[in-house]
Amino acid sequence: MSKTLFDKVWDSHVVRKIENGPDVFFIDRHFIHEVTSPVAFLGLKSRGNTVLYPERTFATADHNTPTINQHLPVEDPLSANQLKALEENAAEWGISHWGLGHKKNGIVHVVGPENGITLPGATIVCGDSHTSTHGAFGAIAFGIGTSEVEMVLSTQCIMQPKPKKMRININGDLGFGVTPKDVALYIISQLTTSGATGYFVEYAGDVFRNMTMEGRMTVCNLSIEMGARGGMVAPDDKTFDYIKEKPLTPKGEAWDTAMEYWKTLYTDEDAVFDKELTFNGADIEPMITYGTNPGMGIGITNHIPDASTVEGGVATYKKSLGYMDFNEGDAMIGKPVDYVFLGSCTNGRIEDFRAFASIVKGKKKAENITAWLVPGSHEVEDLIKEEGLLDIIKEAGFTLREPGCSACLAMNADKIPAGKLAVSTSNRNFEGRQGPGSRTLLASPLVAAATAVTGVVTDPRTLLKEQTLA
Amino acid sequence: MAYDKFNILTSTAVPLPIENVDTDQIIPARFLKATERKGFGDNLFRDWRYHNDDTPKEDFVLNNPTYSGKILVGGKNFGSGSSREHAAWAVYDYGFRCVVSSFFADIFRGNCLNIGVLPVQVSPEFLEQIFSAIEADPKTEIEVSLPEQTITIKATGASESFEINSYKKENMLNGYDDIDYLTKMKSEIQEFAAARPF
Repeated sequence: MSKTLFDKVWDSHVVRKIENGPDVFFIDRHFIHEVTSPVAFLGLKSRGNTVLYPERTFATADHNTPTINQHLPVEDPLSANQLKALEENAAEWGISHWGLGHKKNGIVHVVGPENGITLPGATIVCGDSHTSTHGAFGAIAFGIGTSEVEMVLSTQCIMQPKPKKMRININGDLGFGVTPKDVALYIISQLTTSGATGYFVEYAGDVFRNMTMEGRMTVCNLSIEMGARGGMVAPDDKTFDYIKEKPLTPKGEAWDTAMEYWKTLYTDEDAVFDKELTFNGADIEPMITYGTNPGMGIGITNHIPDASTVEGGVATYKKSLGYMDFNEGDAMIGKPVDYVFLGSCTNGRIEDFRAFASIVKGKKKAENITAWLVPGSHEVEDLIKEEGLLDIIKEAGFTLREPGCSACLAMNADKIPAGKLAVSTSNRNFEGRQGPGSRTLLASPLVAAATAVTGVVTDPRTLLKEQTLA
Repeated sequence: MAYDKFNILTSTAVPLPIENVDTDQIIPARFLKATERKGFGDNLFRDWRYHNDDTPKEDFVLNNPTYSGKILVGGKNFGSGSSREHAAWAVYDYGFRCVVSSFFADIFRGNCLNIGVLPVQVSPEFLEQIFSAIEADPKTEIEVSLPEQTITIKATGASESFEINSYKKENMLNGYDDIDYLTKMKSEIQEFAAARPF
């Protein structure tokens, strides 16, 4: 029978099917971090269970780590306590731990792929909804709750009903200045934040084939923002080139065996999806959000829609614009901005820093802008230095911070102050997400860079010459 | 930890007729720093419930003594965003045992089921009926019957059925959880794991 990519990977991980219930689903790789794991370890202990396969779980500290002076003790006692709990739990159960100061430390969804933990055809979970990122490699990857973290620790399985299948095709070429982030924000603006709830998405078509692995990670990362449990892209030569020789990928004969399997990971020609959507790459502009969920996005040259033209409740829409202090009909371009955040598991990879540097090169940071540039990992940080990008951004008046989730969810000290407006390359513009009372505009690294040098929301295409965006 | 059994719940309800209530609103990230599962109810809807100086916002429903109960009724797409189970813990710890909406985000729904909070999905029309009934009389009672899989507005008798798979239904009726099930099949899992290529 014809199968989709998702079917092939899902079905090969079902340990037991329960009639009119969930599947018992085997997990190959499990990431844990300091925020959603401590209670799972407590639960494990209180039941007298043990960690079944410690070698299948990987711990990294990221959510509430500081992004300056990481060599000093963590000031916030609550954060320090969580980091300590992670370290102690990892040590107690023999789980690898890349804590603060470790050279492999970074955001879980950045360091996993960097180190070859993320593999095609694998099942990957983490107590973090942006685990969907790893789907870029043809893995089934999604976020879980803490009860499920405990399940994976003690049994390497969770219990999940199989989601429905959706394919999103985007063909044609992307326009000048349009990035993977814009593609994702465009899809979410079309589907809304609940449009893919209950589905697992496969991204197909020229646009995703032509995308780099970093770009695919950005798109898959944002799958959860349209409600999907996860998203995936069939692995191809780009995928194999990316993972080959990574520290933890299979080597030698094991690699050859794995490759044989990985080459079968595609959707059969006549396989059927529960829902299929098709968009045209040429229709996508650089995007920006204007409201308090990621579905409230528009092309950057557009104006904020009237309540009468949007789907859903008018009261909710008006509440959202009220929070943002915006009005229907407002232009986005030219809005004065206070903060720019480059980073997160969405856009904290080397390609994102290259894009940012391509715009700020030879320009100066606008005086009204406070900019936080936070690499996704030490490996990204090292590449920024090696490639000379650090010199470019320093010359333009920016500084580079140390890796972590940072202002994406503002659990550490990197909080956007109440009322301030931020252009952010992260993934959520919910009320207060980046600090109590903060206001967030989600956009690509190019839009963030253009805004950082002008001080107002700026279309990056106006600052770039076509040839500079090779 | 296994949880409370759920059978028939009859209670007044707290209305929150807002769509796309995300888990950052249910419990903001800065309150996720505990290493134990306690006290999350204090910070349920923290930034909608309190001003920056920690004084209550009088117009928020949880600060309005007119409304109380063990059932929270929310707008469409309730619980979207982050996978933090802390959101479900906060709902539970505050005293809710059931959340009603016309649409739930996947992970939040699963998290609720895993800790013994029953997510009840109703039609948009029935959701409106519930909001209207509470508006007309804040003391109106809602009955949620898990064995019958029905939700009823007591005053009007209006009723609708809801879905839950039979495995989860059994779990909730008996207070079992998934870990109880999984630990009983460990040898089957180990056999499966031994055959995995990576």
